[in-house]
Amino acid sequence: MRFGARLALAVITLAVTATACGTPRDSGSPSRTTADCAPYARYGKHPGTRVTVYAENRDREADLFEETWADFADCTGIDVRYEGDGEFEAQIQVRVDGGSAPDVAFFPQPGLLERFARAGKLKPVSPGVATLAKQGWSADWNSYATVDGTLYGTPLVANVKSFVWYSPTFFRDKGLSVPRTWSELMAVTEKVAASGVKPWCAGVESAEATGWPVTDWIEDVLLRQQGTDVYDQWVAHEIPFDDPRVIQAMNTVGSILKNDRYANGGFGPARSMASISFQEAGTPVLSGDCAMHRQASFYADMWPKGTEIGPDKDVHVFLLPGADPASRPVLGGGVFTAAFADRPEVRAFQEYLATADFANARMRKGPYVSANRGVDPANAATEVDRLSIRLLQDPRTQFRFDGSDLMPASVGAGTFWKGAVDWIGGASTRQVAGSIERSWPRS
Amino acid sequence: MSFDAVAQQPKLLYLLQGVAAFAAVVSLVLLALHRGPVRRRAAALILLAPALALLTIGLLLPGLRTLALSFTDNGGDAWVGLDNYVWMFTDHRALVALRNTVAWVVLVPLTSTAVGLLYAAAVARSRFRTFALSLVLTPMAISFVGAGVVWKFVYAYRPAEAGQVGLLNQLVVAIGGEPRQWLVDPPWNVLFLVVAMVWTQTGFAAVLLAGAIRAVPAELTEAARLDGASPGQVLRRITVPSIRPTLLVVLLAQAVATFKAFDIVKTMTGGQFDTGVLAHEMYDQAFRYGETGRGAALAVLLFLLVTPFVAHQVRARRRTG
Repeated sequence: MRFGARLALAVITLAVTATACGTPRDSGSPSRTTADCAPYARYGKHPGTRVTVYAENRDREADLFEETWADFADCTGIDVRYEGDGEFEAQIQVRVDGGSAPDVAFFPQPGLLERFARAGKLKPVSPGVATLAKQGWSADWNSYATVDGTLYGTPLVANVKSFVWYSPTFFRDKGLSVPRTWSELMAVTEKVAASGVKPWCAGVESAEATGWPVTDWIEDVLLRQQGTDVYDQWVAHEIPFDDPRVIQAMNTVGSILKNDRYANGGFGPARSMASISFQEAGTPVLSGDCAMHRQASFYADMWPKGTEIGPDKDVHVFLLPGADPASRPVLGGGVFTAAFADRPEVRAFQEYLATADFANARMRKGPYVSANRGVDPANAATEVDRLSIRLLQDPRTQFRFDGSDLMPASVGAGTFWKGAVDWIGGASTRQVAGSIERSWPRS
Repeated sequence: MSFDAVAQQPKLLYLLQGVAAFAAVVSLVLLALHRGPVRRRAAALILLAPALALLTIGLLLPGLRTLALSFTDNGGDAWVGLDNYVWMFTDHRALVALRNTVAWVVLVPLTSTAVGLLYAAAVARSRFRTFALSLVLTPMAISFVGAGVVWKFVYAYRPAEAGQVGLLNQLVVAIGGEPRQWLVDPPWNVLFLVVAMVWTQTGFAAVLLAGAIRAVPAELTEAARLDGASPGQVLRRITVPSIRPTLLVVLLAQAVATFKAFDIVKTMTGGQFDTGVLAHEMYDQAFRYGETGRGAALAVLLFLLVTPFVAHQVRARRRTG
């Protein structure tokens, strides 16, 4: 055979194989229609339509989302196209400016959502979604997606940041009990330090986001020392960033994190935390090289494989205590859905995501926390998820959203993170807080 | 993963349309040139027209828009005059990025060209020249992101009592030192990033210079050696003067590449610990912080800084070519 003929044959073979490979997936979908479509009847039928979703979750988290809404998609006929991108925060701007905005985006920061809402790019939610939002979430949670009185989205994911991870065996061996107040926490800290073990582990390295675990610490302590009102004023820049009360909170955090006797267990002096990724920072808890690691509920996924979580297992959590045992200040974060398009199928999809049904279905598939009042803690995949949901649903909880996610991005994701790193490296509190205050955008 | 020809059909169709449109434009140009007597100047214009149109759409208009944006606020709406430029020369972070960029542009081309030159001179006439050159060229085949990740591992920090995972700290520990956080302490951390960039660029310099060195007449160096010149003297007095044009081209090309350095900073430190450079700061401001005006102003500054280098390179090439 001449070369030309061989090439032609190869191309034909390739084309036939490619088509053949494509077929099983197409023929596979009809068998899926066994799903019970009754629960999805109220979203109507939208055959031949498509909704594009853009978010930062990839891999397993993305798969779990797609599995959860697969029945919804089949029953309504909506083709939900999901795209996960690790560069979401920067690329969403490019996508929107370039005229190829997704129909629905999952915003990890309310500040980012607000930017697009103010620019007139986002569509206000439909009356149906607004009703669901009012039913499902507290006024506080709904306020994060509200810009100038208009609701633009609903919370999708929630997480609790104010947890302290510890080893129940270590605590038992040292005769320690879980602290219920801030002074008990400091007593435990001192007791562990006296026994020759550094009580705290902390790592703040997180690529471009390096520093955020420290900002969380500061926010947590400010919330505990000054309460929700001062916290809200600080986040909204109604009081300066370097207000004396904020300085006080920073100094309290500094007395733990910048103290070589107290940190950084298993990794050397306190300033070593700048080089240690937040993911691996907690592992010395398992080996007894540190006693406590303050980190969010999602840290459950970051323990080495095989680590068991529970009150009498390898690791467990307690809520970072407040001034007295009765107070329940909780710092948390979340992801919000919002839409750039206003078509019936997009509204139907947003409505579905806003239901407790979706949250419950998602929880049954794997670790997931929602602040929706309608979720059943019994569906939670892990002990920590169950605890998080109970805290979020408890009316006595004083919940506040992660302040750096609410501040303008140039501060919240810029000078605050960077300043936190400089501060851990040895810069003075007053100097760092002052420079963050000066960096606040004027407009 | 399978390639589903049916699902990809729209894209294939676009591709086909694009190719057809391109062919049509080219045929039109050729047809216009072919028919009737066309003066040389007009012919040149017709031949250049597609390229000029693309340059206008892809380079000139976005450039002008960036210039306009650099005088507006964060949303790109309100006019703010020179505010963004004032910010650039007063803000600590922007100034650090400017300082680091200057350091990079001085250090990277000089170091990588110097190392490349020594390496090329050493292997240019050896039997294993091809092998030796491909060895030093390998880092260039790795993307900057890959290089950043590799060097991040080299600098990884672990406390003295734990096992080291970073090559550099392992060496430090082996000779009895304390492990250090190489990427955390300014201004030295900038040098450690520069090393990663030099690592990727040296091969480029070495290959080009080795070619130039081989073009130097062997009689010349032989005569010098017979007259008792040391290898160092041969390099300084004979080789370098003979390959000066190539050296200049290499230096300028490296300088332009260094101005654009972004990936290494992004993967290794994310611009933290005072390691930002202009290109990275521009990305952060424009895309991560939504400060479009500031990002655009940084882009304009970067453009102004690169221009003399590019202009000089074009002139140098015209002279040698």
